[in-house]
Amino acid sequence: MSANNEIDYGTPASSSANQVTLEIDGHKVTVNAGSSVMRAAAEAGISIPKLCATDSLDPFGSCRMCLVQIEGARGYPASCTTPVAEGMKVCTQNDKLASIRRGIAELYISDHPLDCLTCAANGDCELQDTVGQVGLREVRYGFEGENHLDSEKDTSNPYFSFDPAKCIVCSRCVRACEEVQGTFALTIDGRGFDSKVSPGQNQPFMESECVSCGACVQACPTATLMEKAVIDNGVPEHSTITTCAYCGVGCSFKAEMKGEQLVRMVPDKNGQANHGHSCVKGRFAFGYATHKDRITTPMVREKISDPWREVSWEEAIGFAANKLKGIQAKYGKDSIGGITSSRCTNEETYLVQKLIRAGFGNNNVDTCARVCHSPTGYGLKSTFGESSGTQTFDSVMQSDVIMVIGANPTDGHPVFGSMMKRRLRQGAKLIVVDPRSIDLVSNSPHVKADYHLKLRPGTNVAVVTALAHVIVTEGLADEKFALERCDVESFGKWKTFVALPEHSPEAVAELTGVPAETMRAAARLYATGGNGAIYYGLGVTEHSQGSTTVIGIANLAMATGNIGRDGVGVNPLRGQNNVQGSCDMGSFPHEFVGYRHVSDSQTRMQFESAWGVTLSSEPGLRIPNMFGAAIDGSFKGLYVQGEDIAQSDPDITHVHHALRELECLVVQDIFLNETAKFAHVFLPGSSFLEKNGTFTNAERRISPVRKVMTPLGGKEDWEVTQDLSNALGYPMNYSHPSEIMDEIAALTPQFAGVSYEKIDEMGSIQWPCNDETPDGTPIMHADHFVRGKGRFMLTEYVATEERTSSKYPLILTTGRILSQYNVGAQTRRTENVAWHEEDRLELHPHDAEVLGISDGDWCGVKSRSGETVLRALITDRMQPGVVYTTFHFPHSGANVITTDNSDWATNCPEYKVTAVHVAKVAQPSAWQQEYQDFSDNQLSLLENRIAVNE
Amino acid sequence: MDTHNLIKMANNIGAFFKSEPDRELAIKGVEQHIRNFWEPRMRKAIVEYVQQGGTELMDIVSEAVLHIAK
Repeated sequence: MSANNEIDYGTPASSSANQVTLEIDGHKVTVNAGSSVMRAAAEAGISIPKLCATDSLDPFGSCRMCLVQIEGARGYPASCTTPVAEGMKVCTQNDKLASIRRGIAELYISDHPLDCLTCAANGDCELQDTVGQVGLREVRYGFEGENHLDSEKDTSNPYFSFDPAKCIVCSRCVRACEEVQGTFALTIDGRGFDSKVSPGQNQPFMESECVSCGACVQACPTATLMEKAVIDNGVPEHSTITTCAYCGVGCSFKAEMKGEQLVRMVPDKNGQANHGHSCVKGRFAFGYATHKDRITTPMVREKISDPWREVSWEEAIGFAANKLKGIQAKYGKDSIGGITSSRCTNEETYLVQKLIRAGFGNNNVDTCARVCHSPTGYGLKSTFGESSGTQTFDSVMQSDVIMVIGANPTDGHPVFGSMMKRRLRQGAKLIVVDPRSIDLVSNSPHVKADYHLKLRPGTNVAVVTALAHVIVTEGLADEKFALERCDVESFGKWKTFVALPEHSPEAVAELTGVPAETMRAAARLYATGGNGAIYYGLGVTEHSQGSTTVIGIANLAMATGNIGRDGVGVNPLRGQNNVQGSCDMGSFPHEFVGYRHVSDSQTRMQFESAWGVTLSSEPGLRIPNMFGAAIDGSFKGLYVQGEDIAQSDPDITHVHHALRELECLVVQDIFLNETAKFAHVFLPGSSFLEKNGTFTNAERRISPVRKVMTPLGGKEDWEVTQDLSNALGYPMNYSHPSEIMDEIAALTPQFAGVSYEKIDEMGSIQWPCNDETPDGTPIMHADHFVRGKGRFMLTEYVATEERTSSKYPLILTTGRILSQYNVGAQTRRTENVAWHEEDRLELHPHDAEVLGISDGDWCGVKSRSGETVLRALITDRMQPGVVYTTFHFPHSGANVITTDNSDWATNCPEYKVTAVHVAKVAQPSAWQQEYQDFSDNQLSLLENRIAVNE
Repeated sequence: MDTHNLIKMANNIGAFFKSEPDRELAIKGVEQHIRNFWEPRMRKAIVEYVQQGGTELMDIVSEAVLHIAK
């Protein structure tokens, strides 16, 4: 169903540069060549009745409701499938057409329940509208004949129901599942009167391949596929466009409301990142925002063994400020710091780092990108000159060869994954570099990887350098591009380096586990197959050589000339909604906003002048360094906004030890997350629905976040930071986040042209946006690299210190799943648990047999860092010797096992390689039992908190 | 700061720059990286380690740290 008050043009827009002029109902109409007659009419404001047509899908021509007459043409062609032609004369309304349409409507209605007044789609039903439009007044056939009215309703999906009695078999849902989502979970089963929509093999939705993206619900013109929230609450009455708070795709949504109640999230077809598509998280999993676990009153306590005490905002802010000031007085100004969140807005993130640099007086600020994409920042800044991806998402539709390295787009970035699959179905080639057989390899309909480089975890650099070896030694490099656009000396040095025999595929085949001929074929395809685009994720960055692999990827793109135009580029797929933004906003301890080093005196003076304080020129502590300093006693206070380091960070017993050493931990969050269980001050956060601001997605797109309901705790997050700053004696006086963005724009060259007015006008903006590029920059490095000449860097493979041994014979790697999101604080509090209610240990059948483990058995997973217990999931997705788990549930303890190894350049943890021993066990690990006790105690202290008025 | 961990971090940096054929450039690379990204108390600890005769650092890393100490 379309969102309220939205024009549906019936068929997609044509991208043709040519135009044709025709006449519709006597009006001259000029449209793009290739448009349908239906679309041309709609663009001219002429509405042709339709049922099977919608502008998100290719025309189908099955319902025959949109018939028109065309001068000189025989019969009554369907306007949805008839392209416009120069001079064409179209009639959309006359007695004959009206009679035909009424006849069609009559047939539909003869097999449709006449319960409009009590139907969930009443007032938002295209069938109802169309029948009204054609003026149907009677059904001559009666309603007693054979019909589908007793068909059984499928309510298996937690978010939407399927009522076949209301289905008109228009196939919109089936086509949406194919064309938009690319899952092909639905089909039309049977023929003629027996035709019916069937999920999978006539299964309930939850048992089929359906991924619950909502595309079918969106496409349905009746109440057949309907959100349960609308069935329960009625049709929304107003809507606001905002941006999803889940992954780095940054989908635009209409938050459809009744008063302050969010009824449903409908993907915005004008959304420039998602074009009207969504996934199960963004579309449906918003219930956490009003979950009973939300904490809406500030709380304080002296010790973490004390019960919480509810207090006023003033008292909580004052308590935190006094503690932090006291620590600085006792231990020095560098003894405190803070962590910004990639889930918060740009404005909130900017404000936290400003508070730390200007208010705390040090640079001890870091962000959760430390543990995911910090190597991207380092690697791309060092080679290209800018810490960001180079393309738009749409660029993939111009790619001829797509290389996916260490990413799982169909699960981690599903809306972009659907777009990628669409391009692959059109014929683009695919190279997957991943230890696992992700769905793109061979488990997506009509998509198959041309090459799967199923490497051993930890050998990315060897593989990427071997690909470069093939490109250089076989003469496949784009020398002209490299010599014109890149630093010639570095190019020469790099060519010599990668051409060394020890970097050949044959030399590293045994080490990497990838056959040499597969590496050679993949390199040839990438270098010579047309537009080559690389997409990568945390399987690249979360290694001891994460930055080196990013550099190696940049080298490949420069060497083959795959930079600076549509269809090519280097594209980091960011995990959380605002990873790019939080990095842009100066969250790293060595950089001001816009990636300028704190030692750069000119930049520092600019900030000192604007902020009215003297700023430190020394880099501050990174998150892992903060933990180390806490344990050695030189770091005592921490302000954490919207981040759950006690679950997400590696070697968690070390992290918990550090948190226990703090004298004041201030946590600002919407839930009492795992970190808050170690906190002394809890400041209620606001969900993305409760505040204004902006998020920046993986394609550098700054999109609006708009407040649709009052903050449950009474304050937007930026207001809390501002209050804390004022209490600490550094004045802030913003009245709206737009003023914060204005300050960011004034201080940041890449953002100089950004304002809320411009975002409202354009919908979103891709930075850089300044005088040179007032409408933003979709494609980076088009004429020259940001750093001037692209810089090649050498990428020597260095084996991780984390080795398998007879004691720890398997390699554990980690990842995420479609239905859950990172630490799960949000998605665990939604119906998404129906798809994934626990983290499992995936292992290959061969390993399982050797270890005597059956599917569902409890497995002890022990590393050099710790031990946890997970249930087994046996799957040939894994290669023998490699096991895998997710980290969405705190008590799974995935990060008890991960080590303190980290990327050499950025300290990004090596989540992806941990040597482990796996054995069948009967009970949770000692850590799990201890943590369960600790957690239960903390929840008890929360439950028994002293109320604000006591 | 945990000196053992700092040694490990510094040697990891050294392992990246070691492939640079020009040794002076490699040393400069390590030095600049530590200056750019290490907080002063971390730099101080690694400098003290070298000055006290610590031997677990790669050669180019030790030399880089000595440059930092100057």
